[in-house]
Amino acid sequence: MRQALLADRAGWAGGRSGVLPALLGQAPMIATKPMPNRRGMPSLSRALVAISSLLLAGLFFFPLWQVRLKAPQYPEGLGMNIRINTIEGATENDLKNINGLNHYIGMKPIDPETIPELRFMPWIVGALIVSGLAVAAVGRRTILYSWLAGFFALGVAGLIDFWRWEYDYGHNLDPTAIIKIPGMSYQPPLIGTKQLLNFEAVSLPGIGGILAGVAFALGLFAVIHSLRQGRASQDSHAVSAAGETFRSA
Amino acid sequence: MRRFPFLPKPALLFAAGAAAIAVFYACSRTATNTSDVLAGNAASKVYVAPGTYDEYYAFLSGGYNGQVMAYGLPSGRLLKLIGVFSQNPETGWGYSEETRPMLQTTYGLVPWDDTHHTELSQTAGVPDGRWLFVNGNNTPRVARIDLKTFETTEILQIPNAGGGHASPFTTPDTKYIISATRFSVPVPNADVPIPSYKQNFKGTLSFITADQPGRMDIAFQVMMPGFNYDLGHAGKDVSDGWFFFTMYNTEQAYEKLELNASQKDKDFIAAVNYRQAEQCVAQGKAKATSSDYFHNVLDEKTRMARSERRTSVKMLDPRDCPGLVYFLPTPKSPHGVDIDPSGEYIVAGGKLATVIPVHSFSRMQKAIADKQFESDVDGIPVLKYASTIGGEVQKPGLGPLHTEFDGKGNAYTSMFISSEVVKWKLGTWEVLDRMPVYYSVGHIMIPGGDSKKPWGKYLLAMNKITKDRYLPTGPELAQSAQLIDISGDKMKMLLDFPTLGEPHYAQAIPADLVTRTSMKFHKLSENRNPDITASEAAGGIRREGKKVHVNMVAIRSHFAPDNLEGVQLGDTVLFHVTNIEQDWDIVHGFGVMGATNSGIVIPPGETRTIKWIPSMVGVFPFYCTDFCSALHQEMQGYIRVSPAGSNVALSANVSAKAATQVERMKQVPRASSAPR
Ligand SMILES: [Cu+2]
Repeated sequence: MRQALLADRAGWAGGRSGVLPALLGQAPMIATKPMPNRRGMPSLSRALVAISSLLLAGLFFFPLWQVRLKAPQYPEGLGMNIRINTIEGATENDLKNINGLNHYIGMKPIDPETIPELRFMPWIVGALIVSGLAVAAVGRRTILYSWLAGFFALGVAGLIDFWRWEYDYGHNLDPTAIIKIPGMSYQPPLIGTKQLLNFEAVSLPGIGGILAGVAFALGLFAVIHSLRQGRASQDSHAVSAAGETFRSA
Repeated sequence: MRRFPFLPKPALLFAAGAAAIAVFYACSRTATNTSDVLAGNAASKVYVAPGTYDEYYAFLSGGYNGQVMAYGLPSGRLLKLIGVFSQNPETGWGYSEETRPMLQTTYGLVPWDDTHHTELSQTAGVPDGRWLFVNGNNTPRVARIDLKTFETTEILQIPNAGGGHASPFTTPDTKYIISATRFSVPVPNADVPIPSYKQNFKGTLSFITADQPGRMDIAFQVMMPGFNYDLGHAGKDVSDGWFFFTMYNTEQAYEKLELNASQKDKDFIAAVNYRQAEQCVAQGKAKATSSDYFHNVLDEKTRMARSERRTSVKMLDPRDCPGLVYFLPTPKSPHGVDIDPSGEYIVAGGKLATVIPVHSFSRMQKAIADKQFESDVDGIPVLKYASTIGGEVQKPGLGPLHTEFDGKGNAYTSMFISSEVVKWKLGTWEVLDRMPVYYSVGHIMIPGGDSKKPWGKYLLAMNKITKDRYLPTGPELAQSAQLIDISGDKMKMLLDFPTLGEPHYAQAIPADLVTRTSMKFHKLSENRNPDITASEAAGGIRREGKKVHVNMVAIRSHFAPDNLEGVQLGDTVLFHVTNIEQDWDIVHGFGVMGATNSGIVIPPGETRTIKWIPSMVGVFPFYCTDFCSALHQEMQGYIRVSPAGSNVALSANVSAKAATQVERMKQVPRASSAPR
C-alpha cells in the first residue's frame, strides 16, 4: 500500500518541480523517486540550496553585523548595525554620537556614504541568491559545488574586508588626535569582546549574519548530501540508501 | 446641631500663647522623637539605594523663590529646580531671548513671583502626569509645566485680580483650572479712596481653560463681593460640576485686618455651579469686560516664547445667573476647602475655629431645593449652617488649615498653631491619631490626596519654622518638609529634609506616570528656531545695524566659531547658541565675561540666545559653563570689541567649508548696515 502510494507520487515529484514539494514539507516522497544520475543533484540538495538562497534574502532586511559599545557614562550603551547597504546607529543618533566620541582619539568619522562596499554588496548578495536559485532549478552537481565555493570565497573576502576597515579605522588616526596613548590602537574585535579605553566593544553577527551562516551551512549540507548520493547511486542498494536519507533528513 | 462658640479676643491671645507653648513642648521632645525614629526602621523606609529610583515625584511650590522644586519621595532628594515666574540664572530661564517673553505682564517683565500651589493635571479625577500647574500669588498668573521636559511652557496673567491665591486647582477632567483673587480691588482698577472699599472693591473668580496646551485663556470670570478669597477645590463624582472657594474678611475691613477681619463668627465657603455658569455664558449673560492681560507660550517647534496681549474677558454677575453661587456659612476665617474622594464632604480648615466643620454636598443640594436661606449677599443666597453641615470634628487641635485624604475613609488635617497633623475618620468625625511636626505646619500632601484615588502611603508636612532642626544658618533657616508613613493605623515620622523658598503646597505622583513620557533630548531635526545653527559649517556672524548676530554651535568640546572679530562699542551682540548634541544629558552652557544678565544652559537639540552689550573695548572670553566632557575647560573662545567706527572686518573663524558662507554673511550687513 505504502509502496503504491509513493510510487504514484514519484511520478511528479521526480521532475524539475521537485524543489517545490520539498519546500512544502513533502520531502518523504523524494525517497522513492528514481536516483539522479551522477551529474544531477539529489532533490534534497536542491531544496537546501533553494532555502539557503532564500535565507540570504534576509540580509536585505536584517543587519549583517553589530557592534555594541558600553562605558560608565553610557549605561544604556551605544551601537552600530552594519547592513549590506549601510551602517546605522542601533538607536536614532548612535552613529552621530559614536563619531562625536571617536573624534577624541582621532578616528575618522564613520560615514556610510564613503564606504564603496556598501554600494555593491547588495548586488553581490543578490547575485548569490539568484545563482543559488538557478543552481536549485538546474540541479547540476558541479555548479552546486562552484556556487558554494563562490559563497565561501565571498564570505571570507567579506570578513577580511571588514577586518581591513576595522584595522584602518583603528590604526590610521589623526596625528593631531586629542587623546594619544603610545602603542594604543582602537581596532574593534572582528568577533567577540575587547576593551577600548573606557569602552567595552562587543562585535557579533547580526540576524542577517546569522542567517547567512545558516545559509552557508545548508549549502554545505547540500554538497555533503550530494556527494553521499553520488556514492550511493553507484551502490546496488539504492532504495535502502534513499530510505536512510529520508530518515536522516 | 452644635452652636459655634464665639471666639473672643482673649482666645486669640490664648492661641498665640498656645503656639509658643507648642513650640517649647515640641523642642523639649525633639530628642525623644529622634530616638523613636532610630528605634524603628524609619531609615530603611526612606533609603533609596544608589542607582535606584524614588517611588514618587513630589512637586513643591517654591513660595517666594517663584519656582517649583521636584523632589523624589521617600528619599527627599532634590531633583530639579524648575524656573517658572522668577528668572533662574542657573539655566538662563527668563534671561535668554527665547524665554524672556514668558515673564511678560501688563506691568512689563515681572521676573519674580510668589508660587503657592502646585496642581497636577487629572483625567477622570486622577492625576495623569501630563502637566503641573502653579500659580503666582503676587502678580496673578498661572503657569503650565510640561512634565515631558519639566519646563514651563505657558503662563497666563489673570486680569481683574489683586493676587492669585485660590489657584490653580483643577476640575477632574482638567477642563478648567481656577484662580480666585486674594485681595479684592476695584474692577476695573481705578483711582478710588481706599475707605470706599465696600462700594468699589470686588473679588473675581476666574475659570481658565487648561486642557489644550498653548491655549490657556480666561473662559469667564465671576464677579463676587469684595471679600478675600483664599483657597478652592473642585467637586468630584457626586459634586462634579461644582467648585468650592473659601473666603475671609466677609467683614469687608480694609485696615487692621488681623483684628477687623476676624470679627464674625462665621465666614463663607462659596459653592459655584460652573456648569450653570457655562450655560449662562452660552446664553450671552456674561458681559464683555475690557481687561488687560498677557498670554505667554513657549512654542513647541521654535522653542521660543511669544507673548500675546488680550483685552477682554467675559464677566458673569451672579445676579444675572440664578443658581450660580451659594454661600455656606463656615466658622471661622476658613482657609483650606478640601473635598473627600467621594465628592460628598466639603471640609473647611477654619483657622480660628475650634472644630473642623464638614459640609455635606447632598445636604447642601437639599437645602438649596428647600430654599433654606438665611439671607443673601449681593444677590447670592446664604444657606443655613445647620442645613448644610454634615458634621464637626471636635477638639481637633489648634488652627486647622488643610485636609488631605488617604482613600481609606480617613482625613488628615494640618494644625498650624499646635504644630501637628491630626488623623480623623470621615463620617464618625472621631480623632484617630496625632503626630507632632516641627513647626507651624501649613499644607500637607498625600500623593493624589485631593483626587478621587489617593495613593495613601505617605503624607508630607510642609513646615514654616525649623528652629533647632538643622545646623543653623544665621537668622534665616531653611523650611522643612517631613515625611510621615500613613500606611498603618498610627502615623510614623520617617524623614525630614530642608526645602528651598517656602513651599506652600505640593503634589506627588507615582514616578512611572511621569518617566514613561520623559524626553531625553530635543530632536535637532525638529528645531524650528529661526536662529538655529544646525551644523558647524553653518556658523557665522552677521551685522544688522547695531545688532550683531552670532550663530554658533556647541558640541563636545568646542564652540564653532570660537573667535569673533569686528564687533564695535555700541553694538548689541546676540549669541545664538545651538547645542547640536543628540544624546541624553549632554548639556552645554555659555557665559561671556561682563554679561550683565546671566549665562544660558542649552539642552541637546535646543537653540538659546543671550544678549550681550559690550561696555568697553577689548577681547573678552566666553566659555562653556556646564561640565560636558574631559575637554570642557577647552570649550571656550574670544570675542574682540573694537572702538565704534573701527575698520576691523566682521569675522568668525569656522571651517573652510563655512568660510564662503561667512563671506556671504559679511556682504549682507555692509549693504544694509545702519549709519553709525
Ligand atoms: Cu560644553
